[in-house]
Amino acid sequence: MALRQRLLISLAGLFGLALAGCASDEGSLQSQKMALIKGRGELICGVQGTLPGFSSVEGDGSYVGLDVDICRATAAAVLGDPGKVQYRDLNPSERFAALASGEVDLLSRNTTYTLSRDAAGGNGLSFAPVVFYDGQGLMVPKASGITDIKGLSGKPICVETGTTSELNLADRMRELKQPYTPLKFQTSDQTYAAYLQGRCAAVTTDRSQLAAKRTGFPNPGDHVLLPDVISKEPLAPATVNGDPLWSDAVRWTIYALMQAEELGITQANVEAKVSEARANPNLADLRRFLGIEGDFGQQLGLSPDFVVQAIRAVGNYGEVFERNVGSGSVLRLERGLNRSWKSGGLIYAPPFR
Amino acid sequence: MNTPWWRNRRLLPLLVQAVVGLLVLVTIALLLGNLVRNLSAAGLLLSWRWLNLPAGFDISETLLPFNAELPYWRALLAGLVNTVRVVLIGLIGATALGTLVGSAAFSSNGLLRRLSRTYVELIRNVPLLLQLLFWYFVVFLSLPNGTAAIQLPWAVLAKSGLYLGSTQLIDGVWHGSLRITLEFAALLTGLIIHSGAFIAEVVRGGVAAVPRGQWEAARSLGFTPGQTLSRIVLPQALRVIVPGLNSQYISLAKNSSLAVACGYSDLYSVAETTLNQTGRAVEVVLILLGTYLAIDLIISLLMNRLNQLVQIQER
Repeated sequence: MALRQRLLISLAGLFGLALAGCASDEGSLQSQKMALIKGRGELICGVQGTLPGFSSVEGDGSYVGLDVDICRATAAAVLGDPGKVQYRDLNPSERFAALASGEVDLLSRNTTYTLSRDAAGGNGLSFAPVVFYDGQGLMVPKASGITDIKGLSGKPICVETGTTSELNLADRMRELKQPYTPLKFQTSDQTYAAYLQGRCAAVTTDRSQLAAKRTGFPNPGDHVLLPDVISKEPLAPATVNGDPLWSDAVRWTIYALMQAEELGITQANVEAKVSEARANPNLADLRRFLGIEGDFGQQLGLSPDFVVQAIRAVGNYGEVFERNVGSGSVLRLERGLNRSWKSGGLIYAPPFR
Repeated sequence: MNTPWWRNRRLLPLLVQAVVGLLVLVTIALLLGNLVRNLSAAGLLLSWRWLNLPAGFDISETLLPFNAELPYWRALLAGLVNTVRVVLIGLIGATALGTLVGSAAFSSNGLLRRLSRTYVELIRNVPLLLQLLFWYFVVFLSLPNGTAAIQLPWAVLAKSGLYLGSTQLIDGVWHGSLRITLEFAALLTGLIIHSGAFIAEVVRGGVAAVPRGQWEAARSLGFTPGQTLSRIVLPQALRVIVPGLNSQYISLAKNSSLAVACGYSDLYSVAETTLNQTGRAVEVVLILLGTYLAIDLIISLLMNRLNQLVQIQER
């Protein structure tokens, strides 16, 4: 599929641009993207697809994971139904082109938020709030006896092409003045296959991803994560740069999940909270947040109760985390930096005002 | 006599051609103009300044010295050299293999004939990508390491690479006069075996086109079967074979872009990394298109010259 398909897409894109009419007026208050999604009745979400905890396919063909829940919450906020999502599996090299060409509406695919990806002169994406604070790590077979990054001097290291991992690895090795051989593969399946076959001394990517992939190994206990964390990797969903209204809708849907955790609103008690707020006009904050008072939804081009829809679909951020990657999952990751700011973490939603 | 201009037999075709030519030009100009307008509206106007920025990534094996501080154009050039290396060696290997297998189809030895047919049918009908994944992940990555490595008189096959020439094991690590990485070996093997099957068919077609009388004449003159093939039949078959070879060579060059499947850093692989790091999708794809086009045109040009040489000289 690789070259030919990719070239075809790019060519088709070029041709499409050549044939397309004048560009739309900029700065109008209509979100073309949201109108398109509502007309289609479905949100198209780009995901990784083979990463347990973030996005993977169940036996019955349904998608689950933290990234998937962001898609579901957004679909609930925009369309009122978390099930109205079409998932597209994307590899790291395809993801930005798929978003730029409009093939997917939302990229929720463990993507690191960086300057050059955000900048109009770079990849030109618009990032939503960070949904997972991660760092790049290295995994080695326990039997190799390697205990830190220095032990990898002169050795081959498997890495996925088109990722920040590839660049961070080059930077760190340069800093350490350590020779190494980067073996690059296009998909994560190929990368881990080469590692498991023993071609590389180590495989490198975000630590959460290493932990997630390890759960699928024949003998997960035979592999260890090195203590070195060689980069910061804030993972965030992204939308195209040209449609600020759509980006805002996604942004505030995600903030709503974080705010819900601060306010103690969960998937289970959201209906009770709504009735409570309805009955009590003094709970102004809660009434505004849940859309009983004010016009926050309308300002974003969403329904007044978009927050309730999103929480009903996936629960608050803490619930999403625990269910997919935390204590309720096979990954059992600590919340660490991903705790709410009230508990000393980095998850913080600006005020709903 | 005065013919009106619309019945002028010399003017009219010229006029039609001019109009068609003008239409084509106007369409191209319109499309290009629109492309530039839409690209600039999308903030994607072509720019090549990034080519001089430091690449910031490493390449696993290069003939041209390369490190992460060198600019993108050097990275792309190193990728191109890697591509040319695998294509050149691949062309030679595939030609040798194809000629042997194609000639074997005419052998008087039944086993050899059947082997040749089986190979061609098996390889022709399996997608190249699958074959490359097979060679890399199933064959080469299954090689043992250290003392368990496969040791031949002139080579050692180990998981850390293929070592040729004088080889020795120092501290559990193999050393040799020449080390070939498994990625390169897998890609090269895959390409040679895949293209070899197609070239064998071209050779078989060419040999079959030589009249039977030529074989019989050679035999009655006392040539051995080997001599008949190499002295009488193949030289005559060449003029049928060369045009067919041309397109096989071109596909081999293009197929080399599947290198990324087995971790070899060819031009396409480097370009993909570049595309991701810079976000200059249009420019990188244009470079790729231009480069592969140039490689194929060069192959085509050389093969056309060869074709002229092997055609029958009328005397």
